[in-house]
Amino acid sequence: MENYGPYDPTLDYAPGPATKEIAVESGKVQSWKPLHMSRRNFLRSVVCSGTVIAGSGYLFTTLAPSRADARSVERLVSLNVNGRTRRLDVPPNETLATTLRYRLGLTGTKIGCNQAECGACTVMANGATIYSCSTLTHRVRDKEIVTVEGIASDDGTLHPVQQAFMDEIAPQCGFCTPGQVVAAVALLNMNPNPTIEEARMGLSGNVCRCGAYDHYLRGTMKAAERL
Amino acid sequence: MEYKLIGKNFTPPDIEAKVTGAAKYAEDFQADGMAHVKIFGSPMPHGVVNSIDLGEAEKVPGFLAALVPDEVKQPGPAGFPILSNKPTYFGQPIVAIAAENEQAAADAAAAVKVDMTLLPFVVDPLESLKPDGPDALEGGNIASRGIDFQSLKWTGKDFAMVGEDELPRGEAPIEWMFGDIEEGFANSAVVVEESMVHATNAHQAMEPRSAAAYWENGKCHVWGSTQSTSFAQPGLARLIGIELSDLVFVAEFCGGGFGGKATSYPLMALPALVSKKIGGRPCLLRVSRVEEYDNGMARSGFQGWMKLGFAQDGKLLAADMFMVQDLGPTSGFRDYNNVGIASTIVYQPASMRFRAVPVLTNTTPKGAQRGPGENQAANMVEPLFDKAASELGIDRLAIRRINAPGGGGADAKIGAAQGPVTSAYLKEALDKGAEAFNWVERSANSGMQNGSRARGYGIGQAYHSAGSNGFDGLVRITPDGILHVHSGVGNLGTYSYASTSRVVAEALGYDWDNVVIERGGTQKHIPWNLGQFGSNTNFTMTRSNYVAAMDAVLKLKEIAANAFGGSPEDYSLENERVFKTSDPSASLSFAEAAQRAIEMGDKYAGHVLPEDIHPMTQASAKAIAGTGLVGVAKDNLEKEGTVPALAVGFIEVDVDLETGKVEILDYVGGADCGTVIHPDGLAAQVRGGAVMGFGLATTERHVYDPAYARPNTRTFYLSKPPTILDVPLKMGWVATDQPDPQNPMGMKGIGEPLQGAASAALINAISDALGGHLFNRTPVTTDMILNAAEGLPQSHKPLATNTV
Repeated sequence: MENYGPYDPTLDYAPGPATKEIAVESGKVQSWKPLHMSRRNFLRSVVCSGTVIAGSGYLFTTLAPSRADARSVERLVSLNVNGRTRRLDVPPNETLATTLRYRLGLTGTKIGCNQAECGACTVMANGATIYSCSTLTHRVRDKEIVTVEGIASDDGTLHPVQQAFMDEIAPQCGFCTPGQVVAAVALLNMNPNPTIEEARMGLSGNVCRCGAYDHYLRGTMKAAERL
Repeated sequence: MEYKLIGKNFTPPDIEAKVTGAAKYAEDFQADGMAHVKIFGSPMPHGVVNSIDLGEAEKVPGFLAALVPDEVKQPGPAGFPILSNKPTYFGQPIVAIAAENEQAAADAAAAVKVDMTLLPFVVDPLESLKPDGPDALEGGNIASRGIDFQSLKWTGKDFAMVGEDELPRGEAPIEWMFGDIEEGFANSAVVVEESMVHATNAHQAMEPRSAAAYWENGKCHVWGSTQSTSFAQPGLARLIGIELSDLVFVAEFCGGGFGGKATSYPLMALPALVSKKIGGRPCLLRVSRVEEYDNGMARSGFQGWMKLGFAQDGKLLAADMFMVQDLGPTSGFRDYNNVGIASTIVYQPASMRFRAVPVLTNTTPKGAQRGPGENQAANMVEPLFDKAASELGIDRLAIRRINAPGGGGADAKIGAAQGPVTSAYLKEALDKGAEAFNWVERSANSGMQNGSRARGYGIGQAYHSAGSNGFDGLVRITPDGILHVHSGVGNLGTYSYASTSRVVAEALGYDWDNVVIERGGTQKHIPWNLGQFGSNTNFTMTRSNYVAAMDAVLKLKEIAANAFGGSPEDYSLENERVFKTSDPSASLSFAEAAQRAIEMGDKYAGHVLPEDIHPMTQASAKAIAGTGLVGVAKDNLEKEGTVPALAVGFIEVDVDLETGKVEILDYVGGADCGTVIHPDGLAAQVRGGAVMGFGLATTERHVYDPAYARPNTRTFYLSKPPTILDVPLKMGWVATDQPDPQNPMGMKGIGEPLQGAASAALINAISDALGGHLFNRTPVTTDMILNAAEGLPQSHKPLATNTV
């Protein structure tokens, strides 16, 4: 049966209108599901695909596992965040940004757009930057996640990127800053001596409405000098 | 004057929390048992609710309560309700749902059934002014401060008198003039007459306007996102329906405002009202990006007409302006007013007439956005100066210099009444900017071609008023010797809450390491301060902080005189000690003086307060009374005239004539902001303002579905704020650094015109690269550039507001 991604029978999927049998050109009869796709059903259907396209807004539950919402089948997951492994009960349709913010209390990761446009939710997964608002938590359960809270040393010593951003007065309103910090650290981890063009590209996934790009860029270059 | 702290860089105390993720924005607060709130927004741009069926919503597991418009206080005509059963824009909240978790709240909101009847709607102000044009609101299409809500229609003749490419000019409720414009035009060597359009655009703060609230012991606690901690409170208390003293308000950080979160706003009050309905339980309204685009603020657009008359030397002899403002669905903001005012100060016309019509539309609600009116004025007027310069055969810098107020601004005049300004150094800013940019030499390369790329240069100028007075300062020295500066101005991200607090340390001779800024909410006992908007903070807050510091200075001296004899005038301050000038051994440390203040009580410890301070300051001072030496005062310093913030921008671009892409190669921004208080902070504002200006000039605008008035630019991708790839690698800045005489340490604000100067410069540079082509439309988009480069007509009608 063709579907919108692998179908997970463990979910109490509320079916839409009955599927129709339609003939395709080859003469083979195929099952066809009409485009009756509520946001809720869409989210259930993308459980195993690992990515969520723009527009899926309401993915959020509170810190406490929801008893009222019996439809979600929750699953235990071991999540390695900032060097610590935590056992968590996470619904399959929950995004990493939600898990980080509302289950782990790591509110440094911001949700600016919730649709992979702005980069305020940027975290590292095995060293690569990802938009945590558009990554399902279950997709990264075998990866090492680093959030902005995991950038400074355990003793509180700031990372050179954080210090340089402070020195350059890079943050203005500060809402995009956690994402900028993670993006810059990930860049310098992979490329300790970037050219200014490379640094610019490394930060290009992070929107700053205050327009402090020049200062983030200078901060990144200054951090590279100090590393 | 040489200062110890003023004009020096420092690390703002809240910046570390921003780079570590510890900074708490409104939706980062969490409370036990927090319920979630979601809204059901209007599916149509203008309609009336016939019935609301909550049956299915109530069945959603986790549903707690619904709040409907009838339960909420409704404002007068063209007001901004919290919930409405006569929505006037797409997405306007009709029902609020509380549920156990966010998914349940969203599910329940999706299950709400609202039966509505569509009413006539309009997105283009000129359409509404046509004889049979629709009114955006039932019973009217114009409203503003000083203009009663009413329906205004122009005659068919008004429209027939002009061609398609000229703004019709019917009855205008706003009209003022000075001088004799007819004589001015008669004496002009060159007259430029153009019609133009300025689009509306969204604020697009990175943090949506989320809010949370709960009730405890009769008090309402709100976590909100606002630019202004003190100033937002009276309005928020009114929206919630409580006394100011019953509001506990926390707003430590604001993830971007740009005017859109200047004070309180309806959505900030919504969680409190829902919480009240469910027994005071904490409620979080997490506003999505789409909801932010629908309900967040937007800059007003214009359809305009201008006629400018210039003498042979470039002097502006006469200006005649007519502005039709797109107000959105509420009385909005008086951007039109600021178009006129900005034009008077930046260009000093010898005579001027200004007419305006603010028109309601069924579009996203409008409010002040960074330079509201002033920056649109820059984008509309500055290109006409380039055209005039070309026709007069004079340099584009020269035509600006000859009109710009300078030398302190003693002769400068502003506004309809042609009143005085406190200081003006626009000419000097032009000179410093031109020198830093090397304008004369570089602009000679104008039009230079390199493959498909053409080089262009532009200058822009902009203004915003930059200071107010009459607010309170509150400072305290505790017995541990620490100076506490209580600040209610807000934390927009300019760090001016901190830089203006340094004035207190400067006045008292304090080591900055011994200063703590008490800010972020009512729990910090903040004084009545003006909001962090209107480019006013540096001027207004430094004055109020200064008078509080002077009160502390006097009290320190009185305490010392009480201890060692003599009069307060016999004492001096140095190294955080107060001592007898003639006998430095007779001295008290500030810590000791603070202890004595507590022992002496009375005014010294804040038990007796000045009578003229605001009730908020009274309450805060009483709360800290007895904990140290309290300095508190209202700013009664002299203030005569308007405080102008003036900015200039110089830019170099390459325009690709085959793709329409504009690459900004270099930018230098210049500021007349009085004494520079924090150089790094100013640099961040010059550059950041310019980046916002680049977006305003080229990419940002609203687009509505013409058939249904549904907004189609509700994502960053479509609304397009600049990214790091859209800005030059380095951007320079200069400042005149000339003190304003009406501020104790010479400061005035600057935030807003920095954007308008940059956007106008960019528009002019694009035109320059295209041989002086006048677009008369902001933003100048890629397809407009391509059409101009290829000599094709533009794809939009000349005065249409809603173009793709």
